[in-house]
Amino acid sequence: MKINPDQEKPIFIQIAEGIEDGILTGAFPEGSQIPSITEFSVNYKINPATALKGINLLVDENIIFKKRGVGMFVSNGAVKQLKEKRQNQFYNNYISNLIEEAKRLGFSSDDIIAMIERGFSQ
Amino acid sequence: MKGIEVKNVTKTFQDTTALSQVSLNLEAGKIYGLLGRNGAGKSTLLNLITNRKFPDEGTITLDGATVAENDALLQQVFLINEQNLFPEGMKVKKAFQVTKLFHPSFDEEYALQLCKKFELNTKKKIKSLSTGYQSIFKNILALSVNVPYVFFDEPVLGLDAYHRDLFYKLLIEKYSISPFTAVISTHLIEEVATVIENVIIIKKGTIIKNQSCEELLSSGYCISGTASQIDSYLFSYGSSQELIGTDSIGGLKTAYLLGTPDSSAVSGLEVSQMDLQKLFIQLTNS
Repeated sequence: MKINPDQEKPIFIQIAEGIEDGILTGAFPEGSQIPSITEFSVNYKINPATALKGINLLVDENIIFKKRGVGMFVSNGAVKQLKEKRQNQFYNNYISNLIEEAKRLGFSSDDIIAMIERGFSQ
Repeated sequence: MKGIEVKNVTKTFQDTTALSQVSLNLEAGKIYGLLGRNGAGKSTLLNLITNRKFPDEGTITLDGATVAENDALLQQVFLINEQNLFPEGMKVKKAFQVTKLFHPSFDEEYALQLCKKFELNTKKKIKSLSTGYQSIFKNILALSVNVPYVFFDEPVLGLDAYHRDLFYKLLIEKYSISPFTAVISTHLIEEVATVIENVIIIKKGTIIKNQSCEELLSSGYCISGTASQIDSYLFSYGSSQELIGTDSIGGLKTAYLLGTPDSSAVSGLEVSQMDLQKLFIQLTNS
């Protein structure tokens, strides 16, 4: 997980997405406890209010839940839910940029499809 | 009311006006970045708030009570800056004991732990410390003093990258455990950009911004393209949005604006968010 202040994305979103990545890769398995706000803040040198805001995004989506006085945990079903969410965002996050650059370089849709097929077969 | 309120404060030194009609609120329990170019008035502002200097005009209140000549109130604030208030020959360890006399909430044990982390020898005389270790010594005082308002005037002056990193981490850790108001005046904007919650920008003795860092960053954008594209974009939107600066190189031009990019007019142009340092440079470059 990397926090980059130069990136376009606000830091709180980077935190949320970093935790999501951790859940998707299995670094934070379902049911397991994730680090505390203080641990995230100190480790990445970010304001605790920012870390809290990022984590609350995931709490609102029921991907993370809080146990009072104990800590924060990954919900059961979080992986499935995150995959669905990322699938829905896939076009906007990846395909539209790809097409924009392809057009700039003069590729046709057939050229791109051929490249994608090549990539999948590797 | 909790917090610090600076109201219509003016301060002049001989023929220079350091601060002019400055008004500012500092909320309790937040980390602020105080940014300004050399001579903008940052240090003067911090000296006034902590009663080391006195305003010519205006008032400063802390939790509702006037700061001026109020010794009990000054127990609540702590300022570190380039000044050394301890006798020249005093050793680090002794300075901790003296600080404890003035600020009973000073945690000597914690200060000694921090000395170990920073590898500061407590038997050394303060005046014999290098520039970096002078800063470290003062930072240790500020992190151990446990008062509600702590002001850091250039805390990372002379610190190497490892020690700067350690300082920011310890500050956040301390703040997480028991929140206090911290005001950090610094020129290393990129480093504090994620640490601070609010940003105050001071320019030629006047506060030009005081808002949440996130809000400020989202209020501006830069737009790049060919010079003619940018000029026509500015012609259409320059009146409704504040143009804070432009950069040109060859036929390429970048404009820095406060406002929201018009999505219908930006096709073919590159729109990006400004980071805090870029925004600061554009806002204070004249």
